[in-house]
Amino acid sequence: MSYTSRLAVRTAVEAANNTSFSVNKNSKLQSIVVRLAGDSGDGIQLMGSQFAVSTALSGRDFATFPDYPAEIRAPAGTTFGVSAYQINLGGDPITTAGDAPDVLVAFNPAALKVSLPMLRPGALIVLNNDSFTPRNLAKAGYADDPRNGNALDQYQVVLADISHLNLEAVRSFGLSKSEGGRCKNFWVLGLLLWMFDRELEPVEGWIRRRLGTKPTMRDANIAALHAGHAFGETAELSASLPQLSVDPARMAPGEYRSVTGAEALALGIAAAGELADRPVLFCSYPITPSSPLLHRLARLQELGVGTFQAEDEIAAICAAIGASYGGMIGVTSSSGPGIALKTEAMGLAVNAELPLLIVNWQRGGPSTGLPTKTEQSDLYQAVYGRNADTPIPVLAAASSGECFDMAVEGMRIAIRHMTPVILLVDGYLSNASEPWLIPGVESLPRIEDRPVPEVPAGSDAAMLAYQRDPESLGRPWVTPGMPGLVHRTGGLERDYVTGHISYDPDNHQRMTEFRQAKVDSVARFIPDQALELGDSNGDIVVVGWGSTYGPIYQAVRRTGASFVHLRHIHPLPRNLGTLLAGFDKVLVPEMNNGQLATLLRDKLGIKPVSYCKVSGQPFRISELAARIEAERNGDTR
Amino acid sequence: MSKALTAKDFASSQEVRWCPGCGDYAILKAVTKALADAGARPERTVFVSGIGCASRFPYYVETYGFHTIHGRAPAVATGLKLANPDLDVWVVTGDGDGLSIGGNHLLHTLRRNVGLKILLFNNEIYGLTKGQYSPTSRTGTVSPSSPTGSLEAPISPGRFALGAGARFFARAIDTDKTGLGEVLQQAHAFDGASFTEIFQNCIVYNEDVFAAFTDRNNAAEAQLHLRHGEPMLFGENDSKGIRFNPETFELEVIDATGSPGDVLVHDAGNAVLAQLLVELQTPVALGVIYRQPSEPFESAFYKHHPSRMRRTRRVAEFIRGPNAWTVE
Repeated sequence: MSYTSRLAVRTAVEAANNTSFSVNKNSKLQSIVVRLAGDSGDGIQLMGSQFAVSTALSGRDFATFPDYPAEIRAPAGTTFGVSAYQINLGGDPITTAGDAPDVLVAFNPAALKVSLPMLRPGALIVLNNDSFTPRNLAKAGYADDPRNGNALDQYQVVLADISHLNLEAVRSFGLSKSEGGRCKNFWVLGLLLWMFDRELEPVEGWIRRRLGTKPTMRDANIAALHAGHAFGETAELSASLPQLSVDPARMAPGEYRSVTGAEALALGIAAAGELADRPVLFCSYPITPSSPLLHRLARLQELGVGTFQAEDEIAAICAAIGASYGGMIGVTSSSGPGIALKTEAMGLAVNAELPLLIVNWQRGGPSTGLPTKTEQSDLYQAVYGRNADTPIPVLAAASSGECFDMAVEGMRIAIRHMTPVILLVDGYLSNASEPWLIPGVESLPRIEDRPVPEVPAGSDAAMLAYQRDPESLGRPWVTPGMPGLVHRTGGLERDYVTGHISYDPDNHQRMTEFRQAKVDSVARFIPDQALELGDSNGDIVVVGWGSTYGPIYQAVRRTGASFVHLRHIHPLPRNLGTLLAGFDKVLVPEMNNGQLATLLRDKLGIKPVSYCKVSGQPFRISELAARIEAERNGDTR
Repeated sequence: MSKALTAKDFASSQEVRWCPGCGDYAILKAVTKALADAGARPERTVFVSGIGCASRFPYYVETYGFHTIHGRAPAVATGLKLANPDLDVWVVTGDGDGLSIGGNHLLHTLRRNVGLKILLFNNEIYGLTKGQYSPTSRTGTVSPSSPTGSLEAPISPGRFALGAGARFFARAIDTDKTGLGEVLQQAHAFDGASFTEIFQNCIVYNEDVFAAFTDRNNAAEAQLHLRHGEPMLFGENDSKGIRFNPETFELEVIDATGSPGDVLVHDAGNAVLAQLLVELQTPVALGVIYRQPSEPFESAFYKHHPSRMRRTRRVAEFIRGPNAWTVE
């Protein structure tokens, strides 16, 4: 991909100290963090995701962080109604949405107020001048107009009459003021595309597809996009607006697309169905941030996928169990509170030895907690959180793209061992997008279930339904409709051999041990734990899981420590204990109060150091790096 | 063509563990007979149940059976029916399982009209947990959990079902071989969700709670056996009839010999009449009270699925998305 430098960084920018774009005319940026912030009704998420797509098409690596309030339309102009979209783009491997933004576009005073403390000194701020009315300033809690004082002295500030310029651009379409105002996000996107030297065509094409049935809105949005772009290009204004450029990423050859966790997981579920050659029935109840998966799957029907929106969380998992009992691949998905409701039914799937994939999009808790903010606090729930001895394998995806692999892996385990499997993802991954090397589904190994046995005359059908594989302890997937194998199953304890109800003490002992052995056996089928980064022994290893992969990766790279990232949470890879024994200290950063650390203590008998963050925001690279250094220094003292 | 099966062929080898004298035995017999009469195939028939005395039912029928968790049988059965609509799926539940802990699922299963044959064994008591009052127990029911009498108004299964949008509602008495047999036959044949309330005598915790109309001596005067298109007659020699009183908006008993022209003819397709019939106290309306077919959920589900749940395209065709790019 060719790149033409059109850097036009002006004196104001060059004067800024200590910033990632205090660059001279000939240099290029390694990466740049852009934050878009406005009211939840301003279309920030839409604009952000379109900017991400355009970033992908220009060949840059990127990571995004949509950060939006729980309210659908929180009162306009308030700080708690601010919706933001952060994107880190650049040529270096990008694994996080970035610590401190280099560029902020603030649609109103509240967006400025919320975002200002995050910015890097010298950052470029584009403000919608029109929104700085006394009323909006008051709603944002500004006693004085920040444009007038010295609060913004450290930054490059570009004031643009965005509302007004946008309305001018769309005036000829005869829209109402509010309809016209809704084009504002595309006006700003046009400006951004100019700043980053991007093509307008893909975004324009998207608007044409999306608004094909509303020609006036379609044309108005396109006009706004062009007007924003032209605003950037206009000579007299480019004095204050730098055109920013970053290197294209050095990425492995292949075909890429931009993908969110929800998209990748939906495709992974469909791929699992294809690999197992069975239809998939996805049963769920709407909950934040799990619903995007339901919406995605509802559009993949021709892949043999059906979706059922149940009356509640319990019905959702029960219908998925019913589907698995009937021979389809049953999948359900929710977030922590909904998973809690599904708990009893998980026990049924364990007892009945039925395959099932349970996806948990973790969010801040307890109770309703922080529905739109991310957290990793359902690990105890997944591993330990059921009545009785009810072990279930648990997996976790590290990135949006990896949601695909983990969905396939989860179904593979579920069908091989005839067990429910929990896949932990989180709110961050649901909406965050990243470039994804498109996998070849045809090259993946097929998902095989244990063949249903031949039925000799006079045999006990139930016994045949429970003839388990000696390695995986998975039983044959016998489903209603199969002649000669008629039997009863359910939640009551059953005889290990015959499958009939059994209250026999020795049998219950045996069944309890069998259920644990089955889950333990998963470890024999999974790869050994590999090091993500660093040497295999040393003073410190950082152990992570889930969506903290990105910031840990960067922090470890900066500090030269070692990094182990877990995808298989339960059971743990068999070599993990040996691997971690090569280090003086094990540091476990988590977005919870120390849950993986507990698991490692429990399963490996080691004493890891916890580093916990539960603010609803992802880890910053800088804070992780600082903590790694501090732990190191503590060691050497 | 395989040889015809008898009721005996549908009895499983498992030892039946209900209390001696329990009404469930009679129901089990009637159901196995109905299966045999309908020419059901054991491998294509599934009984799904929740928790409670009634929910042990699947173990005793020689078909596929899934004894699930408390109240959730309709949800499990819905998933099963979607996975394989060709199966003959029955749900066996009780008043606690179906109308208390599982009330939500029953409501939505009925409104969706999922093709399940739902049998609710109503004994107005919690049997398996040793006799607490249930959601159908009458106000004042004395039980271990209500020693001075229960305070709550009972739910009427018929009112519940019709309110939920059920397309088929019937009632029968556990020991009434003929009446129960007829109802089961129609419930089984119905294409959609059929909901049947069976008055079931709990001999241990709530004996004779329905005796006022189930007792042999009271039967003629206290039971109205409905048949679509036939006049609503009951009593000795069908001497009594039911008519609609337009002033009170209620059904009332009249002397059928005196004014036969006033006696209502049962129309199972009439939703308003069904509402009135489920309220009738004496006599108690039995048989198919309401029957108004509409498209079952599973059939709509497949009809609206562009590939009828088959895999007509490959993931590889979708996985690239609209904006893929190549890195050399």
